[in-house]
Amino acid sequence: MQKKSNSFANLLLWIVFVILYAPIFYLIFYSFNSGGTMSHFEGFTLDWYQELLQDTRLLIIVLNTIVIALLSALIATVIGVLGAIGIRSYKQRKTRNSLLSLNNVLIVSPDVIIGASFLILFTMAGIQLGFYSVLLSHIAFSVPIVVLMVLPKLMEMSPSLEDAARDLGASHWNVLTKVTLPYIAPGIFAGFFMALTYSLDDFAVTFFVTGNGFSTLSVEIYSLARRGVSLNINALSTLMFVVTVIFVVVYYYLASRSGTKGANFRR
Amino acid sequence: MQNKNIRHLIMLPYALWIILFVIAPILLVVYYSFFDIHGNFSLTNYKNFFTATYLQMIVNSFWYAFLITVISLLVAYPTAYILTRTKHKQLWLLLIIVPSWINLLLKAYAFIGIFGTHGAANQFLEWIGIGSRQLLFTDFSFVFVAVYIFIPFMILPIFNALDKLNPSLLYAASDLGASKWTTFRRVIFPLTLDGVKSGCQVVFIPALSLFMLTRLIAGNRVITLGTAIEQQFLVTQNWGMGATIAVFLIISMVGFMALTSIRRRGV
Repeated sequence: MQKKSNSFANLLLWIVFVILYAPIFYLIFYSFNSGGTMSHFEGFTLDWYQELLQDTRLLIIVLNTIVIALLSALIATVIGVLGAIGIRSYKQRKTRNSLLSLNNVLIVSPDVIIGASFLILFTMAGIQLGFYSVLLSHIAFSVPIVVLMVLPKLMEMSPSLEDAARDLGASHWNVLTKVTLPYIAPGIFAGFFMALTYSLDDFAVTFFVTGNGFSTLSVEIYSLARRGVSLNINALSTLMFVVTVIFVVVYYYLASRSGTKGANFRR
Repeated sequence: MQNKNIRHLIMLPYALWIILFVIAPILLVVYYSFFDIHGNFSLTNYKNFFTATYLQMIVNSFWYAFLITVISLLVAYPTAYILTRTKHKQLWLLLIIVPSWINLLLKAYAFIGIFGTHGAANQFLEWIGIGSRQLLFTDFSFVFVAVYIFIPFMILPIFNALDKLNPSLLYAASDLGASKWTTFRRVIFPLTLDGVKSGCQVVFIPALSLFMLTRLIAGNRVITLGTAIEQQFLVTQNWGMGATIAVFLIISMVGFMALTSIRRRGV
């Protein structure tokens, strides 16, 4: 009985995995197609990769996207962690709840509204649409995600830990860096990676607040895809997938090396 | 006294973020909704909004978002549950999240190929004897791709909630004679309801605003609130009307938040 339900569970898990990964491998498979379509595989070729690597405009866009993602996730993590610590320091339930509601506004806000309202904001503030408007928007919509990832960790931390540190003569700075931050580190990392994910994945907000001269990958792919299938995009997604996988393996390796102590402690 | 100053200092960047990127944009959207296309103060936008065309679109938009959320939940909950029972659950979870790091637009683009006239989906349908049919630019493909994109975002909060669940509660339930189904209904599900709610929050509201998918996958057959806003802001350049639809979306967002509000213990 137990065995049967286990194999059913495994089957379900496999189906979900196949569906999640099939489109990605589909793209990768046809990136080697000399036929130029995504339906009939004619022969193996690397032409699309060659074409891709010679496209300096696209490479600049890729760099833009990465820079925006890393910068915005980093800044948002700093603001978000400070915000979460700040929210916890308010002892009144009412203040906390209203701060949390304000925090969650951008999370539940549809991208289109964020994009449209930021477009109005930047236009009224006289900020030219381009790199800075995109960066500011990405920071803005990443901050609440970081807060939501960090706050539960902060809340589960017993206040006596910090009290003990203070009793033993630790300064505010020491309490923060030696007790609080290490304890909430898994939350901080989770927040940072979520912010990174959101930034890399974002299309709608960027689409609204980007100007003529500046483009991120999502916006560029959108305009390419509206023109139809072109296998350059497939080659690009293969490269992006490989980079993502390397990134994940490194992350997992680091997490399993440094995180074991914390993970055991949690259990 | 000193504590207070430090608290204010810590909160400063976060408070600035709230004022500039949460409160100001909302006020600006509301402000703009009272101006017609010629820049005159009027209620024309609201009058236009409550006509049959727009109401029909609202109903459609909500229906699709509801479908997408329910299907995502039905797939995500069992998957998350099985994931928490696997041996290397953090690794499996990571594998679920990896596709969400692949750019959203690339995944949409993959489905243009898969659902295309000669794509893999149609080849499969031919093979099992149903015969090829129009898949791209249908409601089905729209819902399928949307669910595909949202699944990782639904799994993550549910996984976290399930992972936090104290296993001794389950042992207690089975010791007290509860069947598996009763344990699920009376213990597991209520205790992970917060995860389900945040999962629904991160799927339902963005699903209302998908405008890129409606363009690429549904071929403008499905017009959501998001599509309408994008149309008004970036194509027709009627920011007032766009802002009016945005105001409506904000109101429904607040309603949905209230409906799925999470009561945090200890806050």
